[in-house]
Amino acid sequence: MDTTDTVLLTVLGVLALAGGVLVFVLDSMARVTFALLVSLACSGGVVTLLGLPYLGVVTVLMMVMEMVIMAVFMIAYMMNPAGLMPMSMLHNTRGALAVSAVLFAALTTGIFAVPWPGREGRPPRDSTVQLGTALMEGQMLTMVVLGLVLLSTMVGATVLATQRGRYDRFGDDLDRRPARDPVGGGVGR
Amino acid sequence: MVERGPWWTVAAAPLLLAALAALAVAADALLAARGAGRPVTLTAAARPFLALPRALVAGPRRLPAPDLLLWRAGVVTVPVAAVLSTLVIPFGNTVVADPSVGVVWFNAMEVTTWAALWLAGWGPNAAFSLIGGYRFLAQGLAYELPLMFALIAAATGAESLRVGDIAAAQQGLWYAVWMPVAFAAHLAGVLAFSFLGPFAHPAGRDAAGGVLGELSGPDRLLLQAGRWLWLASGAAMAVPLFLGGGAGPGLPAWAWSLVKTLLVLALLVVAARRLPVVRPDRYVELAWVVLVPLTILQVLVPALVVLGR
Repeated sequence: MDTTDTVLLTVLGVLALAGGVLVFVLDSMARVTFALLVSLACSGGVVTLLGLPYLGVVTVLMMVMEMVIMAVFMIAYMMNPAGLMPMSMLHNTRGALAVSAVLFAALTTGIFAVPWPGREGRPPRDSTVQLGTALMEGQMLTMVVLGLVLLSTMVGATVLATQRGRYDRFGDDLDRRPARDPVGGGVGR
Repeated sequence: MVERGPWWTVAAAPLLLAALAALAVAADALLAARGAGRPVTLTAAARPFLALPRALVAGPRRLPAPDLLLWRAGVVTVPVAAVLSTLVIPFGNTVVADPSVGVVWFNAMEVTTWAALWLAGWGPNAAFSLIGGYRFLAQGLAYELPLMFALIAAATGAESLRVGDIAAAQQGLWYAVWMPVAFAAHLAGVLAFSFLGPFAHPAGRDAAGGVLGELSGPDRLLLQAGRWLWLASGAAMAVPLFLGGGAGPGLPAWAWSLVKTLLVLALLVVAARRLPVVRPDRYVELAWVVLVPLTILQVLVPALVVLGR
């Protein structure tokens, strides 16, 4: 790692931290969401600089999508109209302060207390290939199970969240065509 | 083989992208003139550019309590991300940067338009503008997955995420020929992330201009430029991904890249003019019920070919 990388790493790390702090300082849900996005995008940059370009860029990609969708729901569920009134991300300040102080102390102790192993072998030429091999060879079963669990969670959550079932759409005898939907849809089912 | 260009390509790539975008704007103006029955002349092509000086000096229009910071951030992000996305697109045999994850980089830059357009809609504190921003998100949920599968299909075929490798892997047969669904999904995605033509709903006239509704002066110019820069960038990306990059007989590689990019751009401009606007609630069902299964099957084709190789 040369000087440029070290400087970039420091800048991105500080920006990520600053974004994280801003999340609890700002008073608008939209600004809070995008401060968090800046923080996570900088973390993606840090991961890229540490030699994992695929994971780093994918972090940025996924975080942009996630934060924007999150903004929609956070603002939709806020107590004040459209989230335009000042708000605060701080809740249960004393308890939260205690928990975070203990956690910070534990993690910092961990950094100094753990006997870190020395480097064995050399970094791979293409870390993306190594990642793919790890996911699709050694951890294949884990990934397949994880994929199924995620998919069933998504389907289950959607089914639980929606009020309407097929009897609402197709009628009591399931023979109403086209279905009665609040929104038309483009395929004409 | 695609190689990293000298330092000045960092400046040349944005200029080339801007020139391509300007050509697309001029072509669109010509089509508009023909459609309106006005004479199709050079003056007609130059018409959109006459508004440039006025936009540069126009005073800003402000509503009460706008979020200026987020608004500006959104408006600026669209053209900036379009320029950044071109860093990984080879022009002939030259590319500004050739990272091992070029395809993912392009996708990540394209996805930032989600955040940018939502911010551009949120910033001015106006209902129609916000509606425009939300419309783009609904559209994004529809176009993004087919587009991602299209990119994955090309990357799977070449067994690499490096854009140069994908162009080089198409010796003999273009991916557009044996992955037509992925090619079509990519082109639809390009129109969608530049919110033009059938996907212009976020800036629709039925919502008083949507995300563009409250913008004026240089801000408006930036966002308008951003959508045409994205169209040019998406057309340029289609060439190494699906049309064999700079490969071709006779002409040098850069000339083939230029010719192919111009052809794809022309196709997109004509399509944007001729196709009606699709509402996101209609397109989202089409995308999830028809396009996502089709593009997944399309990814299966190169996967099987690579396994059998």
